[in-house]
This record gives sequence, C-alpha cells and structure tokens, in this order.
Amino acid sequence: MRGRPNFFASYEAEQGLLPTTTKKIFAVLVLIAAISIPFEVFPILDKFAEPAWLVLFNRSLIFLIAALGLNILTGLAGQVSLGHAFFMGLGAYTAVVLGGSAEGLWGLGLPIWIWLPMAGVVPALVGILVAPTAVRVRGLYLAIVTLGLVFIGEHIFRNANSIAGAPEVGREWPRLTFRIWKEENPLIDFSRDGQWFGVSLSGEAKTFFFLLVVALVFVVLAKNLSRTRIGRAFAAIRDRDVAAEVMGVGEFRAKTQAFAISSFYAGISGALFGVVVGRLIPETWNLFLSVQFVAIVLIGGAGTVAGSVMGSFFVVMMPRMVENVTRFLSEQAVGDGPVSAIADVVISVNGDFGIVSLEAQGPGLSIFQLNQVIYGLLIAVFLISEPLGLFGVWIRIRNYWKSWPFTY
Amino acid sequence: MVVVSEPLLEFEEVSLSFKGVKALSGVSFDVREGELFAIIGPNGAGKTSAFNCMNGVYKPQEGDIRWKGESILGRRPDRIAELGIARTFQNIELFAHMTVLQNLLLGRHIRTDVGWFSGSFWTKKARQEEMDNRDKVEDIIDLLEIESWRQYPVALLPYGIQKRVELGRALAMEPELLLLDEPVAGMNLEETEDMARFVLDIREELGIAIILVEHDMGLVMDIADRILVLDFGTPIAIGVPADVQRDPEVIKAYLGEDVDA
Repeated sequence: MRGRPNFFASYEAEQGLLPTTTKKIFAVLVLIAAISIPFEVFPILDKFAEPAWLVLFNRSLIFLIAALGLNILTGLAGQVSLGHAFFMGLGAYTAVVLGGSAEGLWGLGLPIWIWLPMAGVVPALVGILVAPTAVRVRGLYLAIVTLGLVFIGEHIFRNANSIAGAPEVGREWPRLTFRIWKEENPLIDFSRDGQWFGVSLSGEAKTFFFLLVVALVFVVLAKNLSRTRIGRAFAAIRDRDVAAEVMGVGEFRAKTQAFAISSFYAGISGALFGVVVGRLIPETWNLFLSVQFVAIVLIGGAGTVAGSVMGSFFVVMMPRMVENVTRFLSEQAVGDGPVSAIADVVISVNGDFGIVSLEAQGPGLSIFQLNQVIYGLLIAVFLISEPLGLFGVWIRIRNYWKSWPFTY
Repeated sequence: MVVVSEPLLEFEEVSLSFKGVKALSGVSFDVREGELFAIIGPNGAGKTSAFNCMNGVYKPQEGDIRWKGESILGRRPDRIAELGIARTFQNIELFAHMTVLQNLLLGRHIRTDVGWFSGSFWTKKARQEEMDNRDKVEDIIDLLEIESWRQYPVALLPYGIQKRVELGRALAMEPELLLLDEPVAGMNLEETEDMARFVLDIREELGIAIILVEHDMGLVMDIADRILVLDFGTPIAIGVPADVQRDPEVIKAYLGEDVDA
C-alpha cells in the first residue's frame, strides 16, 4: 500500500466508494469537523456553533437531500426538471397530514417512522403518474411541462386549506421528535434544548445531528445508485438515448425510474424542511424554490454527488455571505476604513449613488435582489466556463497539486 | 431425418419507405449461426436502414423479420436487444461522458438485473454482480487490446480506439448476432487490418454470427461467407464473394453501364 496509493489488488477495491487513501482521510476529516461543530472543539469552527449558523447548516443539509434527487434526474439522467418544488411540497404535506395535529386541519399525529418514509413514497408514486407525460418530451419542452407542475401545485396547495392551511398563513408541522406511537413524551426530542449523554445541546444542534445522519445516508445511496447498473443506464439515456435503447436500456422505464427516485428525495427533503422550519405558507413551493435547486445542481456540478454537497452549501450560505459583506461595506461607506472609497461607490447611503442599498425602498438593489442577480450570473458563468461547476473547479485544483511542479 | 439448422435471422420481402422514398423494397435473406454475412451497396442503398429495421428503430411497412423463427416486427429496440442482437454504429454512438469501462459495463445492462434498490444499498447481490460484470468486461478489454484506455472518458480517445470500444460495448451484451455498421470506415490500412483480425477473432473464438455493412471491398471479399448487394433498396445479388464479384448486375451498380453495350 505505501508508496503505491493507487495500486488496486481487486476490482472491489478500485470500485469502492472511497477508493484512495486520500479520499478516505478527507471524508473522515470532513465528518469529524461536522460532528465537532456543535461541541465547539476546534476554535476555528466555534463561530458556527451559534444557532444562527446551525440553522443555515441545517437548511443546507435539507437542501442537499433534494439536490441529490434533482442531480439524479437532471445531472445523471439528463432530464431538466423545474418541478422539484412541487414534489417537495407534496412530501411536506404528506408529512404534515400524517404527523401533524391541529384544530380544523387534517392531521393524524402519527410518529416520524411513519410520516418520514411516506413523505418520500407519496411523491415517488405521483412522480410515476406524471412521468408518462414528461417522458414524451425532452430538453426545453420538458422544463416547460415540469414548470406546469409547479403552478398546478401552487394552486392546489393554496386551495386545499384543510391540508395546507390558509394562504399566507400556512400551518404548523410536527416537531422533530421520535415517538414509538402517539405517547405524550417523545423518546428523543430533536427540536428542544436539552442534555444528551450529559452534554447540553441546543435544539438546533440536535436537529443538525439528525439531519447529518439522514443526509449522509442519502449521499451514500445516491453515490451507490450512480455507480451501479441503473445509474449507468440513466447516464446512457442522457448521453445518447437511441444508442441506449439499442443497447437494451428501456428509455421509458429508465426515465420513469429517474423521476420516481428524484421525487422520493424531494419529498423527504420537503418534509424535513417543513418540520425544521416549523411553519410554512402554501406559497413556499414556488418556482423560485425549483430554480434554487437547478442552481445548486449547475453551480455544484451536474451528475456528481460531491457537486450536490458543495452546491447546496454554497447556495444556502451565499445569501448570508453577501449580506455580511454588504453590511461590512456599508459600515465602511459611512465611516472611515481601508475600503471605504470602494464601499461608497457600491453601497447607497441615504439615497446617494450606489449599486446596493440596505434600505428596502432605497435606490439600487436590495440585498435580496442582489442575491438574485448573483445567482443568475453564477449559473451563466458556470454554464459557460465550467460545466462541472464547483466540483470541476475542485478537480482542477486537485490535478494542479497532484502534478505539481509540472503543468500536466 | 435430417436436421437443418434454423436460420438465426430472416428477412422476408421487407419493404421500408419514408413518404415517397423507398429505402428498402422486397429484401429477403437469412443469416445462420456463426455466419459472417456482409451487406454491400453504393451510398444510399439502404444498408443502414436494413440494420435499423433489425434493431426496431424503424418499422418496415411490408414483409416480416424473424428471429429464430419468431417475428420481431414492431418490437421496441430494447426488447430486441434482449434477444441477443447487438450493434455498432456508422457514426460512433458511444456515451461520451462515460469512461471506456463504464461504456462497456453499460453493455452488460441486459445480462444483469440489479435494480435501483439493491444498487442504492450496495447489497451483496449488487456487489457480486458488479464484480462479475467487471470480470467479463475485462475479458473483452483484453480481447480488443484496449487495456491502456480503460479509465479514459471516451470523448478523449482517438477515432480508431473509439470504434474498438464501440465493438467492445456490443460484445459486452453477449450477443448471438452482431451488426457491424462500417467498422473500418475512415481507418488507415493498419487499423483496418487490426479491425479485421478482431472481427475474425470474435467469430471464431466467441462463435457469434455477424452481419457486416462495409464499403471496403477488399475486406468484405476477404472475410465474408456470403454477401448481399443492395442498390437503391433493391437486392440485386446474393451469394459467396467469388460469385458476387462476377455478377454483371453488381458491376453495373458499382461501375455504371458500359457505354458500348
């Protein structure tokens, strides 16, 4: 082993999940770093232990699950879908009907081990129902068909008041707890501050651990799928559908499977989104949410699991980064600082010229609008210059150092 | 009683037309086990159309196509592939974003049955099948001498190697009949000889019947058992190379009419 890290003595070793020692070490380090965050073990990562940051991490992990689903459909099987938000909503409302309980709304109050799997199964079944329509069209036309799903979904969710609650009001999801059945005190409560094995943890930290485990499971499942028979069939349909059919891959079947699997992931993610946020309005499951997932797939790297991970953290964390930078610049613009001259041009203070404004009505873009612009720009830039997204950037960096000091 | 070996594939009076254009009219032939059958003809003679009919990509309007005595007319391409008919394409149709290995493994699709569930959970069955597949694919890599290209994405490979990988992908299906659509098109002499050697190896070592569509007359005359000549979709001759070569109709189709005659 030593000296020849890429020497494989068996096919199994070569086709493993983490084939090289470097990858194994890297994966373990990332996992240790992730687990250590709420415990504030490493000084550098301390800042992230604040609930405000943990909330963002939690959202990243939830988005990661849905992103893995869309990456299977879009990145692996090549079917561009804008309907992901619809399937997420479907999962969320399956969860709330099965697990929720509220006066005047549907809710059976069942435990998590029922509502979480069902939140995946129901969207998957709907995905199979929708697939025959979607399989007939490809490319841009498919995007439009799935776009229709989002609008139909929004309409249904807004009008099904006994399921989704009133428009603009929404309803509450069950809290993230583990119960055997409907007993009063849950076995494990992930949503409240409390002690675990003598260590006091915030509710956000507990949720973080729960989501970390779930996301990890889905990462491994997606990775396994993509390296076995069905994953290759999806990729074949994506690259050349006629050749794939001649090789014995049923196009209809493969596309239907891809739709079902991706909807399953979306449903689980949607349910967890509802549960972790606590209260959502029916308008949550709109086109913008779908576009966010397309952004994650494209920015992260289409067809790669690592890309989904990078993409979802990037897209969820980016607005916060932009906000922090904008706030920093606005302080500089008002006061005196090393970059105050640049900041004065960029930030509009009290109505003077500037590209970004902190006031909602001020001249220039709001932070929300700025984020939208950056999304769009990033998607365009990645599509044109790095189709493999952040994953591709990572590969370039890796290869540079692998062959250093030679250029190739 | 004499047992006559059943033909593997039969074309009976097959006609295919696109609107007004007759691509094939009344084409009949059969291919027997282990036979190397060639289809030749000038450009636009309907050779590739005949392949597309066998594959189920096109559905002929008239006639019948039988596989081991059973009609396969109107079946979907993936169903026909499952019967054991593999093919390569004139313009390479490899899965460009996949590596050589993945392309070949994809060829194993019909010979394996791990589904999304066992695949996702990497069950013992899935693991076993992946390793068996790899074993089989490595044999093909060995046969076609593409060991050094194994992990390359196919888009990066030179043309001759891509042709070879495509042949390998078809072989990975463990077919009983292999359709080769211009396997040596655009190749130099050396590459052509290599490819001819592989085709003969496949036939002799693996016992697979082959239908060959090719413009390289030297190659066809050297290796084919029987030849069908098409001209504007009409069969004009069928027989062993020596007879076909002397057939006046064939000479006319290729060289044109004698001015003095």
